[in-house]
Amino acid sequence: MTIQLNGKTVTLPQEVATVQDLLSHYQIENRIVIVELNKEIPGKEQYETLLLNEGDRVEMIHFVGGG
Amino acid sequence: MLNIGEKTFNSRLLLGTGKYPSFEIQKEAVRQSESEILTFAVRRMNIFEESQPNFLEQLDLTRYSLLPNTAGAKTAEEAVRIARLAKASGLCDMIKVEVIGCDRSLLPDPVETLKASEMLLEEGFIVLPYTSDDVVLAKRLNSLGVHAIMPGASPIGSGKGIINPLNLQFIIEQSTVPVIVDAGIGSPKDAAFAMELGADGVLLNTAVSGANNPVKMAAAMKLAVEAGRLGYEAGRIDEKNYGIASSPAAGMITS
Repeated sequence: MTIQLNGKTVTLPQEVATVQDLLSHYQIENRIVIVELNKEIPGKEQYETLLLNEGDRVEMIHFVGGG
Repeated sequence: MLNIGEKTFNSRLLLGTGKYPSFEIQKEAVRQSESEILTFAVRRMNIFEESQPNFLEQLDLTRYSLLPNTAGAKTAEEAVRIARLAKASGLCDMIKVEVIGCDRSLLPDPVETLKASEMLLEEGFIVLPYTSDDVVLAKRLNSLGVHAIMPGASPIGSGKGIINPLNLQFIIEQSTVPVIVDAGIGSPKDAAFAMELGADGVLLNTAVSGANNPVKMAAAMKLAVEAGRLGYEAGRIDEKNYGIASSPAAGMITS
């Protein structure tokens, strides 16, 4: 499956099916991270069941230093 | 005490978290500042490279309130998108509305700022708009029901200090919500001056993070904000053109 992730075209391995899988794949499941899927923000409780689809636009967002 | 929304803070100094020389210096500067509100920016995570340490993840989040900004937004809609993402972290309900309207001066877009503030208030955010020092715009934001008004002293990161104290004074006098002077502060005297004008707080970043010694400057800013506030509460003397002796005129030792 190919998705747009943080503005990049990324082809995911077969075993990545859900939002939670995607977080695990990039080893950021324990970080402070916010997911946006096709401009919607799913609740964290949905990550385990929310399936990714071909062409999805996903953003992985966090807080950085700023004024 | 500084009241924003339903929260009360002892410190009137709000500190930005951008551009410190190192995390160690930043941690110590934050500690010395005694700030309770820290600002952050909302950005894409750099997931394609090896994980970088993140300042926020090293903070004791029970001790600080996060004030994410919408920096990067050029329209109200973009600001709302960033604000929603920030809130979805579950770590904060305050948002610094920052919609830049000029890339060179980094001055805020008043129309989009007003629009974004209105949209975010409807969604239940605690809204703190960063605005220009326009008195009427501040009045309009106040009428919308924002939780604090944050007029700039001068352009972001410029260190020019307060270039229009009269406007700031007007904004402070008319406002029914806290006024936090945000952006442009260069040195402790600027922070003290803002507080002497009656501001409820000061938000700064580069003045500390860009100082030769950020830790000392953080301590200096804390004292400056406290000194300025005390001076404001004490009520300063009127200015006069000629000297008035402070020693008694009677009993002078003359020949």
